[in-house]
Amino acid sequence: MIKALGYFIEIIRGIVITSRHFFVNMFFHILKVLGIKTKRKGAVTIQYPEQKKEIAARHRSLHRLMAREDGKPRCVACMLCVTVCPSECIYVEAAEDPDLEMQKYPSKFIIDIGRCCFCGFCVEACPEDAIRMDSGEIDFAGYTRDDLVYDLDKLLR
Amino acid sequence: MIEILIVFIKIVCALVWFLLLTLYLTWLERKESAVIQDRIGANRASIFGIRILGLFQPFADAIKMIFKEDFVPAFSRKFLHTLAPFISFFFVAITISAIPFGDSIRIGERTISLQILDFNVGLLFILAMLSLGIYGIILSGWASNNRYTLIGGLRGTAQLISYEVALGLSLIGLIMVFPSLKLSAIVHYQGELIFGFLPKWGIFLQPLGFLVFLFAALAETKRAPFDLPEAESEIIGFFAEYGGLKWGLFMMTDFMEIIVVSTLLTTLFFGGWQVPWMAADGFHWPWGGEWLLSHWLVVVFQVAAFNIKVFFFCWLQILIRWTYPRFRYDQLMDMGWKLLIPLSLVNIVGTGIVMSIL
Ligand code: SF4
Ligand code: SF4
Repeated sequence: MIKALGYFIEIIRGIVITSRHFFVNMFFHILKVLGIKTKRKGAVTIQYPEQKKEIAARHRSLHRLMAREDGKPRCVACMLCVTVCPSECIYVEAAEDPDLEMQKYPSKFIIDIGRCCFCGFCVEACPEDAIRMDSGEIDFAGYTRDDLVYDLDKLLR
Repeated sequence: MIEILIVFIKIVCALVWFLLLTLYLTWLERKESAVIQDRIGANRASIFGIRILGLFQPFADAIKMIFKEDFVPAFSRKFLHTLAPFISFFFVAITISAIPFGDSIRIGERTISLQILDFNVGLLFILAMLSLGIYGIILSGWASNNRYTLIGGLRGTAQLISYEVALGLSLIGLIMVFPSLKLSAIVHYQGELIFGFLPKWGIFLQPLGFLVFLFAALAETKRAPFDLPEAESEIIGFFAEYGGLKWGLFMMTDFMEIIVVSTLLTTLFFGGWQVPWMAADGFHWPWGGEWLLSHWLVVVFQVAAFNIKVFFFCWLQILIRWTYPRFRYDQLMDMGWKLLIPLSLVNIVGTGIVMSIL
């Protein structure tokens, strides 16, 4: 009997909590409709495409290749990122660079974003700091799979 | 001839009211759950860029469901599979014919009651139709020829049958107090006052009956915390093999049941269209003094009172649905057979004793 009473109290408490949320939030919604500005909002929702949340500094977004002063990629086609990539989505084709310092440069550098799992290993592996994932772009959905295959032109920024 | 025309107009009005309210309950359900959970809820549906809180959402949903493929699984029993949602829908939709929306209106010589048909057995009619709706569930569960839907259908049937008993028994006390099965008569009885100030509503005369009826009726609508036939998270439910508009019919049936339960609660326990202290010619305050109103204003007040009460109970049921987790199956059966039915019997005996003393 005592136990049943306990349940009953909890049931009442449950409905009190939900209705309190309802009325408090409704109050702030109505204030907003009436054009009264309040610090507290009726909902915690961020209306995504119009309002965007700030991306954290360490967030791993779309890759980009860093360029040297003369505009060529910093990458020396060492294949470390290709090797480390768990999704095997980087393809690099090396070519000879006339500059003796560099010796090699990527004539093709392709990342298939559709396969990438955004682990960031490629960034960690690169000895030249040539690839980074700090572009801040997160909405790059495409209509076909080919839209998601990014090559040197698209990556080098 | 004109009689038939009047009945026809009443049917159209009642159905439009019923279906519009159903459509907007889907909107209310989304919005209310969103507000409870500190969200905003569906607000994107727009016509020419006008959004007004997503009020067009139900129509967008309806259009989507109409244009979906009408898919019938190859292994199902096709005829029964198609028939089931219509049975469910029909037996709920027809209950609206016995609900009194207000007292009668006078146009010239003619008095028209704001009720489609004033049955002698209106209450029994509604209960019977609600029970017949079970056939839709059994048929859909069985005809889909899928184990999950069959389990859902069986659970639904068992639940509805056990709560049907409590639902009926809880109303017997009420019928003893208001000696009629005619819904308009029950509402008229509730226009009187007890102790000269308290409206003679069912809730004040039958508090226990009200509680039992409320729980049994919540179970009758098959929504959380009693949504065992559906149980999205485990057995998927009796309409798992439905899509498009047929699924939509089941969904609408759900919401229509909420409305029917709300109208029943209003009519039986909260005075139907009665406004406290209002008679056919205006308000008569219990502390003396009166405020006389014209006939049409009285009618407006009554219909508004009915609607407000119904809206409140719809709101309350959605609040309950978004508050409580689901019962376990044995708990559900325990509550039905071991708690609600004994309580309703106690209620009958208690009512009898009090009535014989007074
Ligand atoms: S983030 Fe990970 S998966 Fe994506 S390209 Fe780099 S190493 Fe490969
Ligand atoms: S690890 Fe760096 S330098 Fe080596 S191939 Fe990848 S991007 Fe180029």
